[in-house]
Amino acid sequence: MSLYIDIKKKIKNFNLDVKFEAGNEVFGVLGSSGCGKSMTLKCIAGIETPDCGKIILDGRTLFDSENKINLIPQKRKIGFLFQNYALFPNMTVEENIAVSLKKRNDKNIIKDKIKAFYLEGLEKKYPCQLSGGQQQRVALARILVTNPDIILLDEPFSALDSFLKWQLEQEIIETVESFGKTVLFVSHNRDEVYHICNKIGVIENGYMEETRDKKSLFADPKTLSAALLTGCKNISKVRRLSDNNIEAIDWGVSFKMTREIPENTAYVGIRANDIEIIPGSDDNGILIRCNVCRIIESLFSNIFVLEINGKESIKNSGKLRLEIKKKDSYDYINKKNIKIRIKEEDLLLLT
Amino acid sequence: MDTAPLIISLKTALVSTFFTFFLGIYAAKFVVNLKRGKGLLDAIFTLPMVLPPTVTGFFLLLIFGNKSLIGQFLKTFDRSIVFSWEGTVIASTVVAFPLMYRTARGAFDQMDHNIIYAARTLGLTEHHIFYKVILPNCWPGIIAGTILAFARSLGEFGATIMIAGNIPNKTQTISIAVYTAVQAGNYDLAYKWVIVIVIISFVSIAAMNLWNTKQSRIVTNKGGI
Repeated sequence: MSLYIDIKKKIKNFNLDVKFEAGNEVFGVLGSSGCGKSMTLKCIAGIETPDCGKIILDGRTLFDSENKINLIPQKRKIGFLFQNYALFPNMTVEENIAVSLKKRNDKNIIKDKIKAFYLEGLEKKYPCQLSGGQQQRVALARILVTNPDIILLDEPFSALDSFLKWQLEQEIIETVESFGKTVLFVSHNRDEVYHICNKIGVIENGYMEETRDKKSLFADPKTLSAALLTGCKNISKVRRLSDNNIEAIDWGVSFKMTREIPENTAYVGIRANDIEIIPGSDDNGILIRCNVCRIIESLFSNIFVLEINGKESIKNSGKLRLEIKKKDSYDYINKKNIKIRIKEEDLLLLT
Repeated sequence: MDTAPLIISLKTALVSTFFTFFLGIYAAKFVVNLKRGKGLLDAIFTLPMVLPPTVTGFFLLLIFGNKSLIGQFLKTFDRSIVFSWEGTVIASTVVAFPLMYRTARGAFDQMDHNIIYAARTLGLTEHHIFYKVILPNCWPGIIAGTILAFARSLGEFGATIMIAGNIPNKTQTISIAVYTAVQAGNYDLAYKWVIVIVIISFVSIAAMNLWNTKQSRIVTNKGGI
């Protein structure tokens, strides 16, 4: 079971250029809004037609512009879970689930699915009478009745509150595990993607960068968009001074590194919780003196907004964001100046 | 009071609403799915609503008149649309059609596209999707269009008098009867017909509103528990 996709599509000023391969796994597509994630899913499902390229699912060609193959959505065997679940409002739960069955008397399949998705007792209800969680279960059951070769999940949680989201996430993970074939999960939320997927492709402005294992992507993003999407809060433009020296222009600091800096490095990043505050005169690593501009209190941590000393920065981009556990931050809360350390191995060199 | 105009009006309105219902829905379906030429076709389908009814009637005379191709053809069977009851039906259908077409189209356009896409990925045929998914979810709009079309055909005057004339017991509908009564100075009769038509129109609109509230409660209620 695998999906191969390599397509291009031009929509006004937007160019979609996506290429990746997903095996028997949950493949995450991470990208900001309007980057072309949903368009990619729609192309796979046959709702939209790419300008050129190929889509192959388990050796079945769904789309091939060279050989003029373009299967209609009905023939693609794809399960598409829409953000709003897209249940048929005029049909009951039972009718929604049974809608794809040719033989209406195939009661056993429907019964199995209703049981598997904890929908017993709701058979005769209409979608508008269901909660968000129940609607999602009906939508999943309806998809699985068709026995699809792949499931596409299009931001299924983005309109939910955090408690319900957690619950539905668990249910999706359960479904996806028992499904055992390829699943594409599209989201702009790094937490969701990290929870659910094994492999992740980052898509930015319609272009998909290399796909990677989730752990290595989050530990070591290679591009600016990957760093931003995986939650890196501090980014600066850089000037490469030599093989081992770069200057972070927005922060006004130079870093000397032991590893060689790649030629195409354009940005440097540091995660907010990788910056350490140094109490005394510990001189290991790169030490920077900062003014504390503001402290923002979160639930479990404090966020320090810092300005590097000796740098006339007016823009917000010149400021550093440091996140520290509340109990570790008490010593620094009243200080105007602090010293911070950025370890070389925590610096993300980005293209 | 001779009840012939009432019978003719109701018969004309019912028959023309029947035709308008199907023509309007299929025209809307056709235009919605159209890739090119949407605007032009839309304009043509809406024209009878904005043209003065007498102008519409004039065009109908050009198309169905005795000198036209259709007129010539019907003449071989010794029939004619002009000055016939069929003429009133054609006039009412054409004038009421845009109301049906536009409301149906509005309902189709407002339909959540994801629902149609979902239906496709679930393997439902386009035929099945139209009859089992789109139509049932658009019922409120379609019923509203039907009742508007019915009310419009009931009140049709200009195009009808152009093509079907004013023949008592044959093509004289209520609205034409009112006109004739006033022309003859018979205000008593005019009042009676006016009251009849006001009641019928009022009841149809009230029925539409009642139906709409009931339907939209079933179909468009999106709230959860």
